[in-house]
Amino acid sequence: MKMMKLIAVAAIATGIAASSGAALAAGDTPTPPSRQWSFTGLFGTFDRAAAQRGFQVYKNVCSACHSLNLISIRNLHGLGYNDDEIKAVAAGYQVKDGPNDDGEMFERPGRPADRFPSPFPNAKAAAAANGGAAPPDLSLITKARAGGGDSAIRVSLKHPGGYPLGVDYIYALLTGYSEKVPADFQKNWAAHHDGKPFELPDGKHFNMYFPGHAISMAPPLAEGGVEYGDGTKATVAQMASDISMFLAWTAEPELEARKNLGIKVLLFLLLLTAMLYALKRKIWSDVH
Amino acid sequence: MAQFQKPAWLDNSLVKWVDHRLPVFTFVSHELYEYPTPRNLNYWWNFGSLAGIVLVIMIVTGITLAMHYTPHTAFAFDSVERIMRDVNYGWLIRYIHMNGGSAFFIVVYIHIFRGMYFGSYKSPREILWILGVVILLLMMATAFMGYVLPWGQMSFWGATVITNLFSALPLIGDPIVKWLWGGFVVDNPTLNRFFSLHYLLPFVIVGLVFLHLWALHMHHSNNPTGVDIKDKGKDTTPFHPYYTIKDLFGLGVLMIVFCLFVFFAPNYFGEADNYILANPLVTPPHIVPEWYFLPYYAILRAFTTDYIPYAWFLSWVMSAKLAGVLAMFGSILLLLFLPWLDRSRVRSATYRPVHRALFWVFVLNGIILGYVGGHPPEGALVAIGQWSTFYYFFHLIILLPLVSVLERTKPLPDSIAASVMKPQAAE
Repeated sequence: MKMMKLIAVAAIATGIAASSGAALAAGDTPTPPSRQWSFTGLFGTFDRAAAQRGFQVYKNVCSACHSLNLISIRNLHGLGYNDDEIKAVAAGYQVKDGPNDDGEMFERPGRPADRFPSPFPNAKAAAAANGGAAPPDLSLITKARAGGGDSAIRVSLKHPGGYPLGVDYIYALLTGYSEKVPADFQKNWAAHHDGKPFELPDGKHFNMYFPGHAISMAPPLAEGGVEYGDGTKATVAQMASDISMFLAWTAEPELEARKNLGIKVLLFLLLLTAMLYALKRKIWSDVH
Repeated sequence: MAQFQKPAWLDNSLVKWVDHRLPVFTFVSHELYEYPTPRNLNYWWNFGSLAGIVLVIMIVTGITLAMHYTPHTAFAFDSVERIMRDVNYGWLIRYIHMNGGSAFFIVVYIHIFRGMYFGSYKSPREILWILGVVILLLMMATAFMGYVLPWGQMSFWGATVITNLFSALPLIGDPIVKWLWGGFVVDNPTLNRFFSLHYLLPFVIVGLVFLHLWALHMHHSNNPTGVDIKDKGKDTTPFHPYYTIKDLFGLGVLMIVFCLFVFFAPNYFGEADNYILANPLVTPPHIVPEWYFLPYYAILRAFTTDYIPYAWFLSWVMSAKLAGVLAMFGSILLLLFLPWLDRSRVRSATYRPVHRALFWVFVLNGIILGYVGGHPPEGALVAIGQWSTFYYFFHLIILLPLVSVLERTKPLPDSIAASVMKPQAAE
């Protein structure tokens, strides 16, 4: 019987190894590297300074095209901003409100309770202004890309070698641009496509990690594109890392509360279960 | 040794007054304090009660979620996110419900495999088994419709793919699909009826669970030896406190594992695409069902036009799609007949060496089907999925009945008590 099970396990393992090897050989989009993030692990928390810098990147760069529909300005409390700072952020936006008593729509300064205003009035307008493809809302973006939200378990039958999170993809995407199609990529591509070179369609940009490699979004980050308040040097990698941290927070603002409560619940359950086991032993002692 | 005594509180005058008019206390005493349970049940027997508790957790969290959820295509996605962000502990309630679905299937699959291994479906427990299979079918329908409610990309496309399966039926297929949708595409009417049914079916499951328990209590639990209870005093213990405490301990272990997922890997079983709002104009690159449907999905996809079992035997009567659909539903419906497919008089696989080895092959085959179902049908996986599909039916229809007749079984213990007593302590 032991033998049977052993053979079974070996068979599964070989099958998995064989199929994952096949996927890599096809010259597909590479898997983003798994980075270290402060919020992963049992006790992880968001790096507030990085997330605040990330917010600055969102405000100065991303928000020109991308909405953040699910986030209210008041939510910035979660990143350590105080009331005055939040009111100042809110006042920086003009929000459409109404109708008033005369039946007119009107503009007013933003309030903390408002959601972040969208850069476009509707999805059609967003698509029209961006060559036909509306820039996605960023509220849930790290949860909505392969690998998904934060997870303490990163291995599965589907990904026996472990998998990167959605936030790793965002970082890889933002740092994965090249002005020209890289030579070694071109060589590898030709090897898998009957010698035909990869051709970048007009108006598209080359990105190593975007599925299909031709992305509509122009490289959004440029060295020094943001002047950080805390004096951090705004390299592309730094900004990409900061905005990823910010977007991980917008996707899972409950993360810290969740882990905090989770530790307490687990400790309680471990103690309770140990006591239940002792009681079980005691009750069963006259049967065994 | 264990005593089968009525509890002392039955003599309380208020209890007596109520009991005389409505004998709920006598019922509790009879089904818990005086109810004989085989003394040798192992931990695999915990999973029935665990399934019941998970069902209660699902209903309680589900009712709470329904208080905040809006079943409309324009609001469903945002209302779920509002639960996650603005409702007090909404994220906790939703993650419990989300992961509770997976926990329910894990627990129930183990419960079913336990029944298969120890022959719990055999006479006189056939109806008990059949009720269980019906519960499984209802669970699947409920889970599928629940997955549609957040109205993400996988919700929408999963609903589209699965409801479209019915279009494979000749003549009535297309009208049925339109009737299911309440329109010409998956849209707001579909979401509304799925929400309604997702709320209704769990209560039907509760009703069936009571029938399941009623049937169980007629002939009591099977046990690892599969031998009937002969001497109540020696072979059994009262359910309470022996199995109440054992079940509670098991519940503690399940909750530890469950909470690891809820708090530290809440989206582990989910698909990232479902955090994108449903868009009928954009098809996701890979439409995959939740993990617990993957083996059936593999069976569905195994039926290509060149699949030999189809090409040789079925291609002249039906399309490959219809064959796949029938095979997928048939793979579960076939389990209804398990008590009659298995002809052996011996229940427990412990005493059936060949049957036991084949059982593990069957389990392994199920895992392979699940793996294949989760991957795009490319390369070697196509053939592996087709062979596994063939083996699934071959095992249940041919191998199992044949082995059950031909196999030479090992001698059974004289009684449950004899099987647990150490030889020198035999009285």
